[in-house]
Parts: sequence; structure tokens; C-alpha cells
Amino acid sequence: MDDKLIIAGHEIKNRFMLGTGKFSSNEMMKASLESSGAHIVTVALRRVDIKSKNENILKFIPESCIIMTNTSGARNADEAVRIARLAQAMGCSEWIKIEVINDNKHLLPDNLETIRATEILAKEGFIVMPYCNPDLYDARRLKNAGAASIMPLGAPIGTNKGLKTKELIKILIEEIDLPIVVDAGIGRPSHAAEAMELGASAVLVNTAVSVAENPVLMAEAFALAVKAGRYAYNSGPGAIRDTADSSSPLTGFLR
Amino acid sequence: MSFYRTLKDREDKYIDEKLRGITEQEIYHVLEKEILDEKDFLVILSEKAEDYLETMAKRANELTLKNFGRVIHLYSPLYLSNFCDNECVYCGFKHSNAITRKKLCLEEVELEAKAVAATEILHLLALTGESRKETPVSYIKDCVNILKKHFSSVSIEIYPLQQEEYAEFVLCGVDGLTIYQETYDENTYQKIHLKGLKKDFQFRMDAPERACNAQMRSVNIGALLGLSDFRKDVYFTGLHASYIQSKFPGTEVGVSFPRIQPQTGNFLPANPVSDKQLVQAILAVRLFMPRAAINISTRENSALRKNLIGLGVTRMSAGSRTEVGGYTASIKTEGQFEVNDNSSVAQAKEMISLKGYQPVMKDWLMI
Repeated sequence: MDDKLIIAGHEIKNRFMLGTGKFSSNEMMKASLESSGAHIVTVALRRVDIKSKNENILKFIPESCIIMTNTSGARNADEAVRIARLAQAMGCSEWIKIEVINDNKHLLPDNLETIRATEILAKEGFIVMPYCNPDLYDARRLKNAGAASIMPLGAPIGTNKGLKTKELIKILIEEIDLPIVVDAGIGRPSHAAEAMELGASAVLVNTAVSVAENPVLMAEAFALAVKAGRYAYNSGPGAIRDTADSSSPLTGFLR
Repeated sequence: MSFYRTLKDREDKYIDEKLRGITEQEIYHVLEKEILDEKDFLVILSEKAEDYLETMAKRANELTLKNFGRVIHLYSPLYLSNFCDNECVYCGFKHSNAITRKKLCLEEVELEAKAVAATEILHLLALTGESRKETPVSYIKDCVNILKKHFSSVSIEIYPLQQEEYAEFVLCGVDGLTIYQETYDENTYQKIHLKGLKKDFQFRMDAPERACNAQMRSVNIGALLGLSDFRKDVYFTGLHASYIQSKFPGTEVGVSFPRIQPQTGNFLPANPVSDKQLVQAILAVRLFMPRAAINISTRENSALRKNLIGLGVTRMSAGSRTEVGGYTASIKTEGQFEVNDNSSVAQAKEMISLKGYQPVMKDWLMI
């Protein structure tokens, strides 16, 4: 069955995407990337030190991965744009995850500034994946601004609470003709599977893998759950009902 | 509006009663809560809560992992000058101390910067004694312009400034301010700060707020533990941090826990703080403010610092010299305080790795 994930014309070989922050070592991060087979990998530019012999995080990412720089630390559209341009100047790819956060307590993204940055960077030729609150109107604005996908949060970042915004994400999946990648809040492989069963195109995880007792195994568990969830979505699961559904229909006698 | 108002609104009697008269029931209740308010914070800072450190530690560990991951950010201090107009009874740099006074010339700043950068440190805290005359804003800005060539993040710990002056530093590339209130007990404050501009309690207290208004990216505050009742000082430090976080959500707030150590002048703290109490203070702040950065300097020894990883700490200084010119060793002056962890940056990194955490050298870029 043909079930390719295409983002901005590129075939993405794995619907599980992994963030690279919070790991106990770069080696652990690398091993987790390998065990999961993630194809798109996000890296905060603020963490990149291309001059360092031992610390350059980029050197620990398998060559087969697409490195998507994120704009972590940007408080508004201008700063996100400046970070993206810096990434470009440093030779990073054109893939950029826009993350604009101006609330350090809750770490929720600022949709308005995110839309502004998306508009500017998409025009400059970046492949823009904006991280946002799952709002239908804003998702439409992001699409019109040139986003390559929409990345709504499942729950506040780092909380591991799962799909708290499920109903809103369902609406985005239904209405927005772009890949929907659920980002943030996914705490367990079962949450990832749930997002995929809903019809999300992919899932991006970081904290739940990096702070697990065994990140390498957890990364693989997530990749498998994402795959299982996608298979389930494609196979058309039966509806969930509040009452039992008899296999001997009540109106069978009418045949 | 100023945090000074909040400080004055809280009644000492109520705080004392809470700190000394908490029941086990109240502590259990607070430790079950997901979000702690300021009354809960007081409960876990109480004497009684010292018996619940293990439970608090587990919770702090979990919160820190979720919010920051298995990483410790490293930085080094660089002292530009030890000239000081203040008379703080506890400080090695106080005006009356007959120590060798030194201010780095710009060539020396460059040499010191290179020496620190050679250890792979990329986050720098530039410090001065508090003398506007000897180290005016223009001089410190000249120094920052040199430092930013060598480091990805430059913070300052200097005398409190006006908002416009903070804005000048932000424009210059400074992204962090560290300023300690020393103690939130105004009476004690006046008794131990004998002269100099530092006697203006409220001007100092409002400094972080002025920096936030000037778009400073991160602000780090703290009380010098041992000067007064540490429970009250930590309580007000937490409230101050929370006030800044709510009023300026775009600013990253950090809390330090400097504990008085012996130094030139042999000042002995009136209220010494034990290791156990220091741990309680750190845990309580983490539980109250899950997103605040928590900083431990080399005032504490290596063994204790190692044990504090996992209890809420997110940032550590390493390889620190607290003398002016300390990294190039060409000039000999006295340190501001005694360094109790003399590990090199490489040794600190190894210690952090052995603990199962990643030492992070770079987490910012000047944009």
C-alpha cells in the first residue's frame, strides 16, 4: 500500500521524529536516533557549536537524517527569523521548526508571532514547520503563510500528559490540507499511537525519550507505536461505542 | 509596582507561625499537590518539613528532568575589578579591606577571556566590585565588547543600574543579569551594609525588574544564606522569582543559593546554614517553581555539588577563580570568596557525566 509521508516534496521515511535536547550525553542521543530510525531530527541552534571538536551536536546525528533546526529561544517573530537566517549562514539545511515562546513558565507557543515568522521565512525559501497551539484559524493562517506542515502541541511541552488537545487536533487533521505533526506533550508510546490512529501524519517527541531510564529502548518503542498507530489508521478501525454492539443484528429478520 | 510592596505586605508574624508550627498533615497535603502556591511554599520551607526531604527530593528530581532533562549548564565567572565603594561586613571586597585593588585593562580582559575560553566554557559571568567611579558603565561595556568575541553568552553581576543602562548592556549583547538582594530582612540588611550606594535596599530590590523592562533575557537572583533566617530569605527569594516570572513571562528566571563561606576578614555568619538546610531550600524552590533555573557555584565543594545534581540544580559554575586576573595568574589579588570546589572545567564535566548528566557548554547564541 502506498502510504508515503511527503513534506514540501520530500519523502519522509519515518513518521516518528525526534528532538535532540535533554539527553544525558550526545552518545545516548545518537544511539536513540539510530534505534528509532527517525528521519527528521530537530536541533536547537542555540545548542550548536560547530567550532567544537568534542561538543558539536551535529556530528552525532546520522547522515541519513534531515536536520531541522529549531528557533528555541526566540521570543518573537524577528528573533525566530534571525535564528533561521543564522542557521542558514552556518550551513544548516532549509528545514526550520519555528518555535516562538515568550512565556517561560508555561512554554506555550505564541501563534501570532509564529505566523509572522512563517510568512517571512517561507518566502525566503525555508521549509517551515511551525510549532503552535492547535487553533483552526491560526492553522489556516499558517497554511496561507506557506507552512510545509502544522505542528500542534498535544499538551504543554515536557509534561508527558498525552493528547490533551485531542479534539482540536482532530479538527486540524480534518480541515487542514497539510501534514499534521503532533509535537510536545506526548509522554508514552501509547499517546503517540493514539495521535497516529486519529490521522496525524507524524509525531515529534523529545522529553519522553531523553529522560526515560533507557532512552534507546524508549525511542524504538515510540517508533513502533507510531508505525502501529499509522497501520491502525489506514486499516479503518471500528467506531468506539458506549453500548455493546450485538453481532446478531436486531433488525436481521427484515432480510 | 515593585516587589518591595509584596515584601512589606507579608506579615512576619504569620510567616514565623507557619515556619515553626506546621503539622505533618499540612506537609502531606502540600506534597500531594501538582501546583504549589506561596502558602504551600512556606509549608515545605518549615522546620518540620526537614523530615520530608526524601519525598521532596523525588518530586524535585522528576520536575527537573521533565523541564530541563539530564543536563547541567556550565559557566565561569570573570572578575573585572575588585574596587568597591560599599561596606558589606561579610564581603572580601569591602571598601575598608586592605587588599590589593585591581581593575583589568582591556588587554588583560582579552587575556583572561582567552584563558577561560581555552577551557571550552562558552557562558561567562562578568563581575565587578560595586564602584561606579572605578568601573563605570562605559568601562564594563568595553569589556563586554571584548568578551562577546569569545563567548556565546555574557551575563553581568555588577552594581544595580538604571533601566536605560540595562538597555545599553542588552544592546551591547549582554543576555543575563545576576544580582543578589543578600537578605530580604530590611533591618538586617541595613545593619550589615554599613555604607555606600548599596544601603538603598529598594533600589537594589527593583534592579531585576528594571532589567526585565530593558528586555534582559535572563535574570538570576538570590539571598546570601547565613546573613539572616535562611527560611525567610529563601521564601522571599522564591516569591521575588515568582513575581518576576509572572510579570515578565518572556524572561528566564533563575535562583542561586550562595552560602556564606569564610573569606578575607573572617566574617562568621550569624545564622549558619547546614547542608541539609541548603538542600531543603533548593528542593522547596524547585517544587514551587518547576521552570526556574537553579544555580550552584563553587562556593560549595565538589562532593556536595555532585550530590546536588538531580535535586533541582540546572546550572553550575566551573573552574572558577574569584580573584581579579585569576585565570592568567599574572596578577595576585584576593578572591571575593573562597572557592571550595577547585576542580578544573574538565574535571567538573567528568563529574557531571559520571552522574549520568550531560555537561552543556553552549545553550545560547547572540542573535
